[in-house]
Amino acid sequence: MNVNYFYSLLAVVVLGSVAYVGAGVAGLQGVFGIFIPYLAVVIFISGFINRVMGWARSPVPFRIPTTCGQQQSLDWIQQNKIDNPSTLFGVIIRMFLEIVLFRSLFKNTRTEIVGDKIAYKWVVWLWLFAILFHYSFFAVVIRHLRFFLEPVPFFVSFLEQIDGILQVGLPGIFLSGVLLLAGAVLLLLRRILIPKINYISMAADYFPLLLIIGIALTGIMMRYFIKVDVVKVKELAMGLATFHAGIPEGGLGGLFFVHLFLVCILVMYIPFSKLMHMGGVFLSPTRNMANNNRMKRHINPWNPQVKFHTYDEYEDDFREKMIEAGLPVEKE
Amino acid sequence: MVDILKPEEMFNSIDYTSPSDRWEDVPPDLTLGNFCYPTKKKNLEYLGLPAKDEWSPADDDWHLPDNWEEIIHEGFKERLEKYRSLKVFMDICVRCGACADKCHFFIGSGDPKNMPVLRAELLRSVYRKDFTTAGKILGSIAGARKITPLVIKEWFSYFYQCSECRRCSVYCPYGIDTAEITMMGRELLSLLGLNINWILEPVANCFRTGNHLGIQPHALKEMIEFFCDDIEEITGIKINPSFNRKGAEILFITPSGDFFADPGTYTMMGYLMLFEHIGLDYTLSTYASEGGNFGLFTSSEVMKRLNGKMFAEAKRLGVKWILGGECGHMWRVINQYMDTMNGPADFLEIPKSPITGTRFDNAASTKMVHIAEFTADLIKNNKLKLDPSRNDKFKVTFHDSCNPARGMGLLDEPRYVLKGVCNHFYEMPENTIREQTFCCGSGSGLNTEEIMDLRMRGGLPRANAVKHVHDKHGVNMLACICAIDRAALPPLMDYWVPEVGVTGIHELVGNALVMEGEIERTTDLRFEPLNEEEAQTDE
Repeated sequence: MNVNYFYSLLAVVVLGSVAYVGAGVAGLQGVFGIFIPYLAVVIFISGFINRVMGWARSPVPFRIPTTCGQQQSLDWIQQNKIDNPSTLFGVIIRMFLEIVLFRSLFKNTRTEIVGDKIAYKWVVWLWLFAILFHYSFFAVVIRHLRFFLEPVPFFVSFLEQIDGILQVGLPGIFLSGVLLLAGAVLLLLRRILIPKINYISMAADYFPLLLIIGIALTGIMMRYFIKVDVVKVKELAMGLATFHAGIPEGGLGGLFFVHLFLVCILVMYIPFSKLMHMGGVFLSPTRNMANNNRMKRHINPWNPQVKFHTYDEYEDDFREKMIEAGLPVEKE
Repeated sequence: MVDILKPEEMFNSIDYTSPSDRWEDVPPDLTLGNFCYPTKKKNLEYLGLPAKDEWSPADDDWHLPDNWEEIIHEGFKERLEKYRSLKVFMDICVRCGACADKCHFFIGSGDPKNMPVLRAELLRSVYRKDFTTAGKILGSIAGARKITPLVIKEWFSYFYQCSECRRCSVYCPYGIDTAEITMMGRELLSLLGLNINWILEPVANCFRTGNHLGIQPHALKEMIEFFCDDIEEITGIKINPSFNRKGAEILFITPSGDFFADPGTYTMMGYLMLFEHIGLDYTLSTYASEGGNFGLFTSSEVMKRLNGKMFAEAKRLGVKWILGGECGHMWRVINQYMDTMNGPADFLEIPKSPITGTRFDNAASTKMVHIAEFTADLIKNNKLKLDPSRNDKFKVTFHDSCNPARGMGLLDEPRYVLKGVCNHFYEMPENTIREQTFCCGSGSGLNTEEIMDLRMRGGLPRANAVKHVHDKHGVNMLACICAIDRAALPPLMDYWVPEVGVTGIHELVGNALVMEGEIERTTDLRFEPLNEEEAQTDE
């Protein structure tokens, strides 16, 4: 077994066990139910802000959009206003499509050698898995707002209705949970099974996927199999949300704390990991800038003074030859 | 020079199987033929850059300066503070692998470190160790690694196997641009005096004489006059271009490759004929006689030092605006860096074509217009008398150069010009043109003889697409708008698709242009018969 996924799996198992033993067996429910969630939120918020501020502190010295279509030039040449935007509006559309629809991933191709030629095939899988994963994750997060808000906002209930549209099982199956698990597993399998992707993958790529799989699995188990006392969970969550935190009477099962603890780990891990792509995608200078470089001057705050070779120095070097060749000079 | 494999052997040698060793454990191949020759010390000294005694990348010990680790650490830190791109790109890659098989060097070599993601990991791993908490504590589990002389060698090897073409950036969901990574990597190497001669010698030449080859003013004038003699022989028309002329309306700057290297020279002749035909009030400069800027491949400061001459000369001569010739990276610099670095060009006017009256508002600030934009406008407004049948022996396809495609978006202007001057035009497959175009394999200063194997591999995806249209439509001419292309594509075509020639688009314009008072043309600008039948009867 590759050490990268071994370490990652081990880490997730150990973390899960810590919560199970700590909260379930040793009874440290206050630690796992109150202290660690608060700690996680503090670390997440401060870490996230710190990281984004860190990026923002570095200037963007040059306007370097990657242009993926026709520029704005002559009136009669059709500009690609989205992939080569020259206005803020175009940039907003480009970023919106990128962030919401993963447009660049959608263009993905696979390179293959076919006989004596190289061929490129459009492949949709990475895009599909990514969309599946991110949107079901998003739906799951929104659904969980039910635990923290009273009354439950309309959009949460609305989403639950769509999410449970299959109307199978009792309690009704939420598609998002299953799809999240499927998405994460597919992304994981891709990393393990495709040799090229396996070669570039690190522990930091496996760990979050396994962590999320752990979270999804424990969540699904609590909802459908080892049913957790939802009323108590809501009591705990509302307490946390309203800063009147307390462990509900009689406590909660070990599995719940495994779920919660893994979520806390994920939340704390985000600011220090590649999961910051959720913030970074907004700040990527190759995507969030208009290609209006020749129309509007971009300012570099640290534009250095440099030594030029001036025309006068040049003429001093070559004056005689220039005169001889009949080239005009400044000083005869 | 090292002999390279035959095309078929090279093609069959491509192996996409990943090695069994982790990439961190695979040392770079720095045997002769696999690296660019290092810079001669005199070039570095001339430019006042960190210099190093003569050395070879094949040496075991590179004799780095005593405090090399500190130099790299401080240099890295400085660049993280100066460039948001670097900082963000170091942090947010998720290694999804979308970029992995988008790089022409990976496609042609199968070397996993030519996957853009791993090329960036070469820097990223050091970044994690030096600048992130997780990397400091967890080390290799967090993908961090300590910098060693071997890592420096690896950087040197792989940052000079990237042509900064930005194709990977098109597919990256975050737009991570390996060109930025490679630029930073090269700047860091440069701090240790590690550069390649193919880049730094042109830079030093350009700094002193104004152009890459070090052509001195009188010689430049002679070269152009020589072209004018050829033009007179072909068309019967005598052209007298001016040099360093104050008061001209337009300053024309083109890559110096067009002055001395075939087939760029024919493109130069095309420009001269076009300007004569429309009666353009323009001048050439011997001081700002280079459109290209190998500073782009060295460091932002060197880029600025070379680029500064364009505006300075425009100001000295008192022209109204600047017209730029066909060149790839030159236009990356002009479109994305020039105004920021050396502007504002408030002494110039918003470019306006004196022939058609079209105002180029897209160049309102930088005041520099691309010749393809300029000529497309002329053709659209019927200002040129053209006989496209003079190019009938050519079945033409168009190679989008990386920089005008992905750093500008100049896609339809050159196509419009081509379709105006030739009757047989065919596009290569969709995945290989426009923003998805493939590099010639020799961009960003890699157009050097000693790495022919790498260049042929890197150029394979381009050649493969040309071969496709060659087989399908009989394409025999590859048009481009880049001087490096005009130097790099001929050997690439000779190697992979020998029946295909290379041309700039203004060579074809020159062929098709019916100039006032010209004699009947019997040859094209290469002194070759105008059509195939004549060519055959001659034989």
